[in-house]
Amino acid sequence: MLTLTGVSKRYQTGELALSDIDLTIPAGQVIALIGPSGAGKSTLIRCVNRLIEPTDGKVQLDGEDITRVRGAKLRQARRQIGMIFQNYALVERLSVMENVLSGRLAYVGFWRSYFRRFPKSDIQQAFHLLQRVGLETMFDKRGDALSGGQKQRVGIARALMQNPKLLLVDEPTASLDPKTSRQIMRLICDLCREQQLAAVINIHDVVLAQQFVDRVVGLRAGRIVFDGSPQDLSPAILTSIYGEEDWEVPADNEDDDERSSPEDRVRSLTVDAHP
Amino acid sequence: MPIREKDGQKEWLRREPAKQYAIWAGWMLGGMLFVWCWALISENTIWEFLYDADEQAASLIGRMIPPDWSITGSLMKPLWDTINIATVGTALGILIAFPLAFLAARNTTPHASLRAVALAIIVSSRSINALIWAMLLVTIVGPGIFAGMLAIALRSIGFVGKLLYEAIEEIHPTPVEAITATGASGPQVLAYSVWPQILPAFAGISVYRWDINIREATTLGLVGAGGIGLQMNAAINNLAWAQVATVFVLIFATVVLSEWVSAKVRHAVI
Repeated sequence: MLTLTGVSKRYQTGELALSDIDLTIPAGQVIALIGPSGAGKSTLIRCVNRLIEPTDGKVQLDGEDITRVRGAKLRQARRQIGMIFQNYALVERLSVMENVLSGRLAYVGFWRSYFRRFPKSDIQQAFHLLQRVGLETMFDKRGDALSGGQKQRVGIARALMQNPKLLLVDEPTASLDPKTSRQIMRLICDLCREQQLAAVINIHDVVLAQQFVDRVVGLRAGRIVFDGSPQDLSPAILTSIYGEEDWEVPADNEDDDERSSPEDRVRSLTVDAHP
Repeated sequence: MPIREKDGQKEWLRREPAKQYAIWAGWMLGGMLFVWCWALISENTIWEFLYDADEQAASLIGRMIPPDWSITGSLMKPLWDTINIATVGTALGILIAFPLAFLAARNTTPHASLRAVALAIIVSSRSINALIWAMLLVTIVGPGIFAGMLAIALRSIGFVGKLLYEAIEEIHPTPVEAITATGASGPQVLAYSVWPQILPAFAGISVYRWDINIREATTLGLVGAGGIGLQMNAAINNLAWAQVATVFVLIFATVVLSEWVSAKVRHAVI
């Protein structure tokens, strides 16, 4: 469904953010993209919907090359790809309904959208999605009146309004508390399964990712260093992605590592995730 | 070396000593410049005129009080003209400044050369005072309120344009990214992600400029560009200070009213 071939991105500063990425995602597959900050996760998903222009390589959506398309063709490609952001990226002064309807912008003309005269079917779909994400009573609230979790739900509804084939999700839980994070991840993954959507989810929280996704891709310094099932993520692999760290000890002990040898630490993290 | 060792203890300094001395020297030079300027002004001032300044002021105020209310009725038309000059001029200025601001803002301009043109227009509009615009326009389009409106509009373009393009450059980029990612067209991205973010700034800037323009419009009559300034100028030339006082009171009342309106608008839009 989505195929990246040899995708590279070099920023104007000379920094090579992505180098020669090959990745194929079949329809309906939900993958987690993990890796340390600066590994190129955000750059990678932005190269797919061309918020960032890849320097090299090819991006194909359903067999169609969208790497160099421009104008109406580019907008056509983008509307098939929904995106969910770390900081929700709602337009805070617009109402929840307007934010959700903005997912339909690529389907209506400028003046219709300017006067908020969206087709009835769009309004129906918006109400339906708001109900699905649990915000059916909030449609008239302003974006800035919502909590973080609610904003992210609106962001999810906006992305799904596009009737996308693919969801790009950039750190959906990084600004949320642990419970809300789980709810948001569950919501995204449930929706993907209901609608047979493929998704690429950038995420820091490895344990959370393991609980919800079909496949994990590890990125380090712009290269894919792991591609496999969530169960295969061993401490050795995590070390290869993130660098040396004691993956067994709880986070509050992290300062006094250096005691156990790497061999002692080898035990699957998935024990917690799949009891 | 913001940190230095002294008696085995670390001492933290705010700046490198050399930099600290340079800053001292800067203040010293500034102080000397101020004293020198003061001396220069003092040399060119006839201080004798100031000895009875208090008497002069008291006498002037004495001649202004009580204001000559009998001319109030005849001032209503010029006052109405003044408000119209300010309002229509501001509206016209905003109309032109609005697209210019989008061309001048780094994050919305279609091309760097268009940005340079827009910035040039904004700067040239800002560098000329409304009174001078009015003088030029009176010779071009003739005296009257039309020249006044154009003068106010031309001056407002730069003011509104500059503040608005700065507001556009300060918006959050992520909502713009999000709307772009939905496949929205360029105008839709502006309408859905940029415009809602600059709306409060736009309203604030517009009413603030209107507020300033009410005050500027009261002086345009001095050069024949219509409004209450003409009556004020005539009264001053006739040394009819009681009438001047009436004009002052009316201008003051108008400005207070415009302050009130702009405060209401700003409150309503935030």
